[in-house]
Amino acid sequence: MISRLLRTIMLSVAVTLLTLAGLAAQQAGGTLNLIVQPEPPTVNVGVNRLGPTTYVGNKIYESLLTYSADLRPLPRLAQSWSISDDGLVYTFNLRHDVKWHDGQPFTAKDVVFSFQKFLPALQARSRLNLAEVKDIATPDDHTVVFTLKAPYPAFIYVHNTAVLPAHLYEGVSDFRTAEANSKFIGTGPFKFAEWKKGSFIHLVRNPDYWDAGKPHLNDIFFHVIPDANSRAVAFETGQVDVLRAGDVENFDITRLAGLDGVQLTEAGWEFLQPVGYIHLNNRHKPLDDARVRQAIAHAIDRQFIIDTIFGGFGHETNGPLSRQSRFKDTSVETKYEFDPAKANALLDEVGLKPDANGVRFELQFVPLPYGELWQREAEYIREALSPVGIKVNIVATDVPGWFKRLTTFDYDLAENFVYTTPDPAIGISYAYTTLEGDNAGTTGGNVHGYSNPAVDKLLADAAHENDFDKRKALYSQAQKIISADVPLVWTHDIVFPTLYRTKVRDLITTGLGTDENFADVWLAK
Amino acid sequence: MDRLGFLTGRAARAVLILFGVIVLNFVLLRLAPGDAASVLAGDQGAADPAFVAELRHDLGLDRSVPEQLWIYTKSLARLDFGQSYRDQRPVIDIIAERLPATLLLTVTAFGFALAAGITLGSIAARHAGTLLDTVLTGISVMFFAMPLFWTGLMAILLFSVWLNWLPSYGMQTVGEGGSDLSLVGDVAVHLILPALTLGLFYMAIYMRVTRASVLDVLDRDFVRTARAKGLRPGLIWRQHVLRNALLPIITFASLQAGQLIGGSILIETVFAWPGVGRLAFDALMQRDYNLLLAIFFITSAIVVVINLVADFLYVAADPRIELGA
Repeated sequence: MISRLLRTIMLSVAVTLLTLAGLAAQQAGGTLNLIVQPEPPTVNVGVNRLGPTTYVGNKIYESLLTYSADLRPLPRLAQSWSISDDGLVYTFNLRHDVKWHDGQPFTAKDVVFSFQKFLPALQARSRLNLAEVKDIATPDDHTVVFTLKAPYPAFIYVHNTAVLPAHLYEGVSDFRTAEANSKFIGTGPFKFAEWKKGSFIHLVRNPDYWDAGKPHLNDIFFHVIPDANSRAVAFETGQVDVLRAGDVENFDITRLAGLDGVQLTEAGWEFLQPVGYIHLNNRHKPLDDARVRQAIAHAIDRQFIIDTIFGGFGHETNGPLSRQSRFKDTSVETKYEFDPAKANALLDEVGLKPDANGVRFELQFVPLPYGELWQREAEYIREALSPVGIKVNIVATDVPGWFKRLTTFDYDLAENFVYTTPDPAIGISYAYTTLEGDNAGTTGGNVHGYSNPAVDKLLADAAHENDFDKRKALYSQAQKIISADVPLVWTHDIVFPTLYRTKVRDLITTGLGTDENFADVWLAK
Repeated sequence: MDRLGFLTGRAARAVLILFGVIVLNFVLLRLAPGDAASVLAGDQGAADPAFVAELRHDLGLDRSVPEQLWIYTKSLARLDFGQSYRDQRPVIDIIAERLPATLLLTVTAFGFALAAGITLGSIAARHAGTLLDTVLTGISVMFFAMPLFWTGLMAILLFSVWLNWLPSYGMQTVGEGGSDLSLVGDVAVHLILPALTLGLFYMAIYMRVTRASVLDVLDRDFVRTARAKGLRPGLIWRQHVLRNALLPIITFASLQAGQLIGGSILIETVFAWPGVGRLAFDALMQRDYNLLLAIFFITSAIVVVINLVADFLYVAADPRIELGA
């Protein structure tokens, strides 16, 4: 009897100690030093959805949901939600204890204002989301009910967009120039403190955060360091704790990962699912012939691009979807082996004879002006296409020039990479759907001018199909056709590694990676 | 010509030059493919054509270039530089934040380059043909030939990474408060590497010019006469040699003042120095026309003023030169 009591006591003491140890392990306090590259125009994620803006802004502003690494929706400002069986009604139950950084309570009004008014006014993508909605109702202050026009399963994946404070925009007509945009009032774990343009952005702990006990950090500094070498030095000398993809070039990553107390992870891109590709302008001759496009695909050694240019980071891909997509179906994809002989044969078959210099035709190639690696890839493509008689002229541009050329079909070949996202309906559909009119809108759109009525129908049907298995079948059919048509060459399923000092703990906890709100991040002493 | 007449004449010429700068830059910028609307639309990741057209209309980019230029010049006449497309703030505020950093960097670098260049150049000339001369000339060739960013990176590698003496980037230690005095010290420490890197390049030029100029003057008759008169060498050096040798250096320095701001773009990038050079580069990349034009305007104005000052310095150095000549 006594021994049992003793055992119980000892056990509970042990459990308590373990719990305490567990709590103590997550040390509170400390400053996290990060890099934001390039310096964003704003950190208001409602105004701008550029990578750097999202990186900083997501610590200040929050969304209804976030998404796990296996792409389950997770509660954030919505603590629970339900979807009707017919896939038409989405009900979100909001948290009751959330306050804006200026002390005002967060309510359903803020959600409706953001979804219906603010975001569509500034972001075309939000307009597309709103177009799927028939009605938004708020039965009470903490419930929002979206009724859709038709089933649209992708709808659960559009709620990583910011919710903005409606009370700051009362009486404002032009949201683009509203003064409240630069007040940076959110509900997130960190509050905006100071922005020294050209130097740093400083965020401090929100003591009134709804998730009690979080965040663990006292403050975060985002350093602005424009030169890639200087960023590597800042990490090497311990002045910053984390390097994200793009902060340093891939060829520097392996070296930095080998430093003492440094770790590398490929996690955190499960939501965005980036894929790299070479646009082929399907509207230009001879690229309008599928055999020519196939020949180009056969002439490029895509494994070389992954291994040599991107430092071994990346995976083979033969279709529009990322390996991380639930709808990826490699069994239906046509695989284009590196085979210059086959490429030559295909071009002969089309009747494109080489001239005295061995040139069949010339193409203008517009590289992606996002750093050295893309430049090198462009140079490789030029070399790779030369043996099959295609002369490539590289046309260097800056970002606006690149954008302009792509959206006006003023190119033959162009580099790009896109975020294919968890759902093809919001990620890749508009890149393969026949254009109405002549303007593709953005470089992520159908700037290759691909048009196939069968694909159009499959993508539209799949987007509005409520049954997952039927959807999957529809997307498989679409992938089969698209990969056979090769409207573009998918170069690699991108891996964006993150480097961090081991003292930084719980850095990546969801599918959004370092774009998360960092409420969970803590520093080991 | 009297000083007032000279000054008004120069001022009128300066205004004309600045107007030329505005028109030329305005037209050149509009010739580049792509505009702010396409950059802003690109920022959003997805945009429909109507959205881009709406943006373009909001920004006034759908008007003709002469019309846009007319609107711009009108507002400029009211000293209104307009709003930044990206920042949604008056460009003058943005520039006011960043200009002091650039001025601090370039003035320090300029001062260092002049002082060190003239000193080392004089020493080299005095010891022309000796080993010392060869070494000094070699150093100047090295700093002149090395690209600025390379010198900067090597300096970072040596002083920040290996020796850990000096900070590698930024204008101040981030996240550390403190008194005003410690802030001054902090900025000064951060200033050393970028100012040296920028200064060394120009120092090399002044060294070469000074050396050549001093050697040239040393051969002149009046120096020989002074020597024959038995004047003390120090006096000959100060009154006869250096004073005359200074003229080409002033010419060079006034021309270089403009380039210094251009050179600072590289330095500001490598050392993450929050100056106006980087701001201009970013503005160009983002087609933030108003911001870019205002930066051009203000830096051009600075260069014009420096040249005006140089004109006066000629007279101070050599009273024989007439104003307005």
